[in-house]
Amino acid sequence: MAITPPSERIWWRQPIARIELIWIIIAFTWGLIMFFMMIYWHGAGEQNLSNEAYQIKPQVFAKHAQDMIDEYQVREESGFPVVHPPPGSDVYLIARLWQWWPILELEKDQSYRLHLSSMDWQHGFSLQPVNINVQVHPGYEMVITVRPDRAGEFGVVCNEFCGIGHHMMVGKIYVVE
Amino acid sequence: MSSLIDFRTCPTTGLKVDRAAEKLIKANAVAAVVFLAIGGLFGLLVALTRWPAVHFLPADMFYLALTAHGLDVLLVWIIFFEMAVLYFASAILLNSRLAGPKWAWTGFGLMLSGALITNVAVLQGQSSVMFTSYVPMMAEPPFYLGIILFAVGALIGCGVFFGTLVVAKREKTYEGSVPLVTFGALTAAIIAVFTIASGAIILIPTLLWSLGLVSHIDPIIYKTIWWAMGHSSQQINVSAHVAVWYAIAAMVFGAKPLSEKVSRTAFLMYILFLQLASAHHMLVEPGFSSEWKIFNTSYAMYLAVLGSMVHGMTVPGSIEAAQRARGLTKGMFEWLRKAPWGNPAFAGMFMSLVFFGFIGGISGVVMGTEQINLIMHNTLYVPGHFHGTVVAGTTLAFMAITYILVPLIFRRELVLRKLATWQPYVFGIGVAGISVFMMGAGTLGVARRHWDMTFADAILPFDYPSAAFLMMGLNGIFAVMAALGGLMYVVIVVGSVFFGRKLAEDEKPSYPEVPPDSAAVGHYGSSESLKIPGTAFLVGIFFVAFVLYYFVNWKYLSEIWPLS
Ligand code: HEM
Ligand SMILES: [Cu+2]
Ligand SMILES: [Cu+2]
Repeated sequence: MAITPPSERIWWRQPIARIELIWIIIAFTWGLIMFFMMIYWHGAGEQNLSNEAYQIKPQVFAKHAQDMIDEYQVREESGFPVVHPPPGSDVYLIARLWQWWPILELEKDQSYRLHLSSMDWQHGFSLQPVNINVQVHPGYEMVITVRPDRAGEFGVVCNEFCGIGHHMMVGKIYVVE
Repeated sequence: MSSLIDFRTCPTTGLKVDRAAEKLIKANAVAAVVFLAIGGLFGLLVALTRWPAVHFLPADMFYLALTAHGLDVLLVWIIFFEMAVLYFASAILLNSRLAGPKWAWTGFGLMLSGALITNVAVLQGQSSVMFTSYVPMMAEPPFYLGIILFAVGALIGCGVFFGTLVVAKREKTYEGSVPLVTFGALTAAIIAVFTIASGAIILIPTLLWSLGLVSHIDPIIYKTIWWAMGHSSQQINVSAHVAVWYAIAAMVFGAKPLSEKVSRTAFLMYILFLQLASAHHMLVEPGFSSEWKIFNTSYAMYLAVLGSMVHGMTVPGSIEAAQRARGLTKGMFEWLRKAPWGNPAFAGMFMSLVFFGFIGGISGVVMGTEQINLIMHNTLYVPGHFHGTVVAGTTLAFMAITYILVPLIFRRELVLRKLATWQPYVFGIGVAGISVFMMGAGTLGVARRHWDMTFADAILPFDYPSAAFLMMGLNGIFAVMAALGGLMYVVIVVGSVFFGRKLAEDEKPSYPEVPPDSAAVGHYGSSESLKIPGTAFLVGIFFVAFVLYYFVNWKYLSEIWPLS
């Protein structure tokens, strides 16, 4: 029994039952398939993180964002600047207690280099209803190339707990034709 | 030396029982159950708040309750119970005295004071930082201090366990190798040492930082090391609850492992291949390369997963073999149909096995895939997954073995047996429900650790789809059921420990029943004649479900915005 010492003293010489062996082989092969699937997707799939990231001071990141806002702001909405940067450009999204700043307006089927960083605590960039989720840290700038493939209005929810205003931290991204 | 130790002889097993070990097992188990009751209550409050129609607590209390819930159940309940399991698997199963009971009491005292200190810190309201306490959000110093004390106490407990193995070996209290269950417990204890070391490396500087003595803690380094503790400790739980599955199979059916070699190697895989599984908590953080992520999730995880998949077959397989040896050989499933479903130890153990595999296991591997993590990270999918592992798996298994331990160790008859028969079902199905519905809500994008999914106070509006609200309503209903199951457990255990009829020194407990001829099942399972078609069939279903669900999620991923 499993609660008593093995009945055969030399238990490691016992042959393995065939059915166990088959299952071990299947399970191991499945592990290999899952391993290669991740690598395969880097070549064949369209959804991969570039892992481009830099250390950056919050003030510096805020300045990049402000420069972008100054240059490309098109209107204002509920106190948030709405910016429409040119396709292919670097766009900056600030995470801070408790805002995603500014509102971005992107064009469908165009690529943008989206920079994310936090001014204070950790936040979670959760683009909805698309459901893309990445972590945003203070002191680190993550760069993701995104290509919105449908037009509409998208919410940016914060999904890392960031204090008492966490549930009020909602931003917005427009994608226009 | 051992003549000075106070032993009694267990009438059921004939083993010598060191009364000092017995007292420690009792103390740790009681502390565990008390914190499960507290933590479970917080869990119910959290779930009621996340039920949109109820929305029970105000925001600040919600985040406080969630912090307390995570700490009290994940840390305190589980680790206290694991201490009881370690002492049981060493001193009792090896027929030995416990090494250094004074040390064990010191460890217990540290754990208890640590748990109380952290709880008080959380209840004071300035430490609602969640149990992960990601920097740079800061809690009050006692919050970290309590966790550190708790961990040191647990480390001492592991030391006592190792010491007991040495003592038993030296005093030749058993023949040959240690039992499989003890081996599993040993796996858990070894991982615990690694875990606690990682915890110390990161929490001690964090404590100093909260005291103002250290100026900066890097949030990414914090998270990487924190999860070297946080993830590995889940592997402790898995090792411990798998050991409990084997123990229950042995105690209820007299089941013998199909192959000691395979089962022990599977445990060993947990140690060898877990260390950097913290990587799968870092899949969408800045600053890691894809090579690092793929290597560390798959080498470390898939081989540990392989271990679990092996146990997932050998545990039911050994039960099937034992039942067939007893003559339940009709068709594929007579052995399972005629299993003692009214025995809460068996029912809880079997549900734990099934839910851990199907709900917790599959979802964990899927979520730990480098790219798929993008569509799940920090959504409610994550708590959905780990309520499948650590609640439907570990907690339910620990509950199940309690029904055997109370008569054996506390020497009391179980009270409220009708209720006990139902308890695993109410709790198990409730927890399976919250796991599945949180996963469902997460698939629809709903954030975890979030007070208001309607965003009523946000300046910019956003609406989750109405299906997400339905999921959270169902989650609330099943949470009430799970909480009821938890309450039943606490009432039965506390009732039995204080009011159950005392068993005489040489009296065998009559409940939960052990099949009368279980002792006869000694020699089956010579590998050529081994027939376990029912288990093979169940494992086949599991595998198909796993493969389908895995690829469905790649399909979901392919539908989001292209990213590079
Ligand atoms: C009565 C039974 C339980 C219910 C109803 C319940 C419900 C919940 C809910 C609704 C959440 C919150 C999800 C969120 O908003 O992020 C949660 C979080 C959590 N639960 Fe449970 N739970 C129960 C038992 C347990 C047990 C027994 C454990 C551990 C053994 C556990 C571990 C956790 C952990 C670690 C978290 C995460 C806390 C965090 O995000 O910081 N739960 N639970
Ligand atoms: Cu935030
Ligand atoms: Cu937040």
